[in-house]
Amino acid sequence: MKTTALLLGGVATALIGTALIFTPGWNLHRVHTVQTGFRGLSVGEMSTVKTDALRKAANALPDAIDPAEAGGKKATEVYKNVQVLTDLSAAQLDRVMLGFAAWVGGENGCNTCHNPDNLADDTPYQKRVARTMIKMTRHINKDWQPHVLQTGVTCYTCHRGQPVPNGVWFNEAPMTKGAATNNRGMGHPAAAANGYTAMQTVPFSGILDGKDPVRFQQTKALVEGPGPSIQTTEKSYSLMMAISYGLGVNCTYCHSSRAFYSWSEGNPLRVNAWQGINLVRDLNANFMAPLQAEWPKERLGPTGDGPKLYCMTCHQGAPKPLLGAQLAKDWTELGGVAAK
Amino acid sequence: MAMLNFEKKYRVRGGTLLGGDLFDFWVGPFYVGFFGVTTLIFTVLGVSMIAYGTAMDHVWNLFQINIAPPDLKYGLGLAPLKQGGIWQIVTVCALGAFGSWALREVEICRKLGIGYHVPIAFGFAIFAYTVLVVFRPVLMGAWGYGFPYGILSHLDWVSNTGYQYLHFHYNPAHMLAITFFFTNCLALAMHGAVIVSAANPRRGVKVRQTEYEDWFFRDVVGYSIGTLGIHRLGMFLAVSAAFWSAMCILISGPFWTKGWPEWWNWWLNLPIWR
Repeated sequence: MKTTALLLGGVATALIGTALIFTPGWNLHRVHTVQTGFRGLSVGEMSTVKTDALRKAANALPDAIDPAEAGGKKATEVYKNVQVLTDLSAAQLDRVMLGFAAWVGGENGCNTCHNPDNLADDTPYQKRVARTMIKMTRHINKDWQPHVLQTGVTCYTCHRGQPVPNGVWFNEAPMTKGAATNNRGMGHPAAAANGYTAMQTVPFSGILDGKDPVRFQQTKALVEGPGPSIQTTEKSYSLMMAISYGLGVNCTYCHSSRAFYSWSEGNPLRVNAWQGINLVRDLNANFMAPLQAEWPKERLGPTGDGPKLYCMTCHQGAPKPLLGAQLAKDWTELGGVAAK
Repeated sequence: MAMLNFEKKYRVRGGTLLGGDLFDFWVGPFYVGFFGVTTLIFTVLGVSMIAYGTAMDHVWNLFQINIAPPDLKYGLGLAPLKQGGIWQIVTVCALGAFGSWALREVEICRKLGIGYHVPIAFGFAIFAYTVLVVFRPVLMGAWGYGFPYGILSHLDWVSNTGYQYLHFHYNPAHMLAITFFFTNCLALAMHGAVIVSAANPRRGVKVRQTEYEDWFFRDVVGYSIGTLGIHRLGMFLAVSAAFWSAMCILISGPFWTKGWPEWWNWWLNLPIWR
């Protein structure tokens, strides 16, 4: 009896000890915290030299491209089949195309969107999608300054040189066999999408491609009547995990955790986040959804839906995309607000 | 206060750690001793500093008292009195008072010739407090990481600190600590209940001896840990709860800055099912 108990205890301790000590990811660097609230409140963002270096490397900026003359011949006079960038001069159009090749071209450069034998050809779906993307970029820079301020966005903000940006999402295929059929999309850590928790794997559907509400927390000490279900509320928490990983911040970046619902107790940055959620809803509904017919099979999700956006798509794990670098001010062609 | 007739034989001289016969006496039922005096001094000074800080904040509601640590910018240096300096003095006083109390317990153990189990157990609680306001702040480089002294304000600190790691329930040491706390509750409740049931029967029924307590648990779960064993188990559970609580906050920050759910990736990445 005693020997068995000792043996079992020893084995358990050894296993737990091994797991605790040899788990990869322990931080051994000095932690630096940016304090964002009153002393002793424990609100702020933590970083180390290592996380700072990683973040800086992940947000390297593209080479600048010399500005082009707005005067001279119009793009429509020089090139055939210009449908969106009709307000640009030919020189500006050339410049924008150079930018596109570097920002979204990937290995194929211009040929990602263009048929090299006939640049006016509309056959590549990428070219047709790009037209919507250009309109979307201009729309963000012009109409969404409550979120992007004067910093604005360019293609590079999301694409980072690649034809398909990181951090797009699709609806989840329902499980068809085993115990997972009734798990309501829970119980499967899905990296940044649910912050490696057991909460909803895809917390976006209905909220970011629809108008489902996000805020469920009770505002009263005593709950009146049956509230929303566990699944609904956990979906909100899961979405918050996705926002957290998308921006590389913890919950206290926006919220006072004493009362998550409270606008007055939280950080004013929460207003920017709220604008961001509305921005994402607008883009998914008015730019991504209409592209559904354009996507080839390999660009669709498991249920046949096209790619959709969330915070990660632009922010890529940084509180400000590209650490706040103001690229759009040099790109009035894309609706950027020129530097004064 | 009257002394019980057998109490005198336990009131023996000596066994002190410091000061010899100085303060080696009782006031009513309380042993004073050198460390009783230091406990009193630290307590009076610390509580006065809390009252002083509270008065300066014009707070007269017990729940709203908030003696907050300095801003992080002061690092491990001294802060101005009104910007966290009071917290620093109160912390020194608290450590002094807790430490003195533990040493007073040691002296009493020595007088009675018993083991040091009580001061050791209390030491784990002091250790947990010291981790929160000394070891972790020192590892992270600022006193501002300590928790504020106040009923509601320290709860805000706990909540916010937890959410700085997204989901604190995924902290493995926190899991262990919680498990020990709950198990400790269960063991204490079962032990207390079985003692009361056997030793405090209804009028006219004889008190049952310890073997009845053993029989009860043998019948229920097939095993009784025994009269001494339950107290060993109780001490182990309680001390483990305090120890793992200290560990769970010590690793949060100095050794882990990400969300705690992410820590479990080692489990997801085990080669068995990866």
